[in-house]
Amino acid sequence: MKGFYSRKLHSLLGVIPLGFFILEHMLTNFSAVEGGSQGFKDSVALLNSLPLVLVLEIFGIWLPILYHGVYGLYIAFQAKPNNSHFRNERNFRYLMQRVTGVIVFAFIIWHLYETRLQVALGNVTHEELGGVMHGIVMNPIFFTLYVISVVAASFHFANGLWSFLVSWGITVGPRAQRVSSHICLSLFVIVSVMFVWSLFAFRSIEFQTDGVAILQTVKTLI
Amino acid sequence: MADTATISKKVKFIITRQNDPESASYTEEFELDYRPGMNVISALMEIQRNPVNLKGEHIAPVCWESNCLEEVCGACSMVINGKPRQACAALIDNLEQPVRIEPMRTFPIVRDLVIDRSRMFNSLKRVKAWIPIDGTYDLGPGPRMAEKKRQWAYELSKCMTCGVCLEACPNVNDKTNFIGPAPISQVRLFNAHPTGEMNAEERLDALMEDGGIEGCGNSQNCVRACPKGIPLTTSIAEMNKATTKHMFKRWLGV
Repeated sequence: MKGFYSRKLHSLLGVIPLGFFILEHMLTNFSAVEGGSQGFKDSVALLNSLPLVLVLEIFGIWLPILYHGVYGLYIAFQAKPNNSHFRNERNFRYLMQRVTGVIVFAFIIWHLYETRLQVALGNVTHEELGGVMHGIVMNPIFFTLYVISVVAASFHFANGLWSFLVSWGITVGPRAQRVSSHICLSLFVIVSVMFVWSLFAFRSIEFQTDGVAILQTVKTLI
Repeated sequence: MADTATISKKVKFIITRQNDPESASYTEEFELDYRPGMNVISALMEIQRNPVNLKGEHIAPVCWESNCLEEVCGACSMVINGKPRQACAALIDNLEQPVRIEPMRTFPIVRDLVIDRSRMFNSLKRVKAWIPIDGTYDLGPGPRMAEKKRQWAYELSKCMTCGVCLEACPNVNDKTNFIGPAPISQVRLFNAHPTGEMNAEERLDALMEDGGIEGCGNSQNCVRACPKGIPLTTSIAEMNKATTKHMFKRWLGV
């Protein structure tokens, strides 16, 4: 595939479906803040009650992430940042888009291994995922890594949306790009606050009631 | 009187030099008497007249390129105190000292500060940055251009292929084949022209080839570095829009 089309596909997949997926994930996690352990279980159950859920996962999440991630690494390592000479905000965001992309790529592998893969292997059930998360975020190091990663993911999403608007020729002039910067960076703040808030919610003791046994499994896994 | 006031003032230069395209680069220091209104080019001329470095050694004079000396030809692009710019417009009074002068390493170095900007002219050929008007008979006058359009198109026509925007771009490097901001803006210029517009699709096709417009990473250094103040990022976004439309037209139109 020619560079133009592969880059366009990369840009498109970042918003549709991955942009929608990250917002969905944010809302699901936030049910842990709103409804506690039971609220989170209900949200997970709601998602899993979707028809053709595996097909949705494969074509709506996994394959797009795989393509976006691998091609994104290729883009990231082609860059030759010059932020020491060009200290402007857009150039800083250019660098951060690449840095956060690499962080999020590594994080997704780790996070998928701990959660979705363990469900697939039958080590944990969907109902026990809240407990799994509790086990992870109670470890201060893992908690810090999760906070960094969700903030990085939120930035990558919001700033990626900004550059998507430029790359598809939607925001053309400097004023349009300035206004969309304000909107996208506000989105970054909202999304990261909601994700971090959810991480704090998972630290609540009520998530531990899912059983000490699972906690032990998780601890041996990670 | 002015002479006595300035006679003791010195200006120090640290110049990155290189004897030929293959050899390693090295820096050499120079100290010149300050003269009011001096710029980097007049300093280089001074070194050429009296090629003696700070250690007092007689050395081969520093090579550089320049023509117009009024920031319209684009020949004297170099990196001055970390910023790529035109040396003729770099007044010593406005520069921090010592003044560090380096070649624009994005381009192949010929010698000292002389670089080979051929890639820029090759890119212009690649995107067909001209208006074909030749025929076997008189084609008559072309369509008129609206005044409002002429005004912004004139700004784009100020591009002097100096290469500063390529040097400022983090995506123009030896790991990519990105053509850089300047030729993309030229496509917008020639596609805006009422006669040039007749070949608009050829130029858009060229931008959609490998190393074309998709290489932009939106760092937007180019628009800040451009010595002519060309709205390069607006041009790139406008061409993003045009190539996107063109892509769908090609898919759905056949």
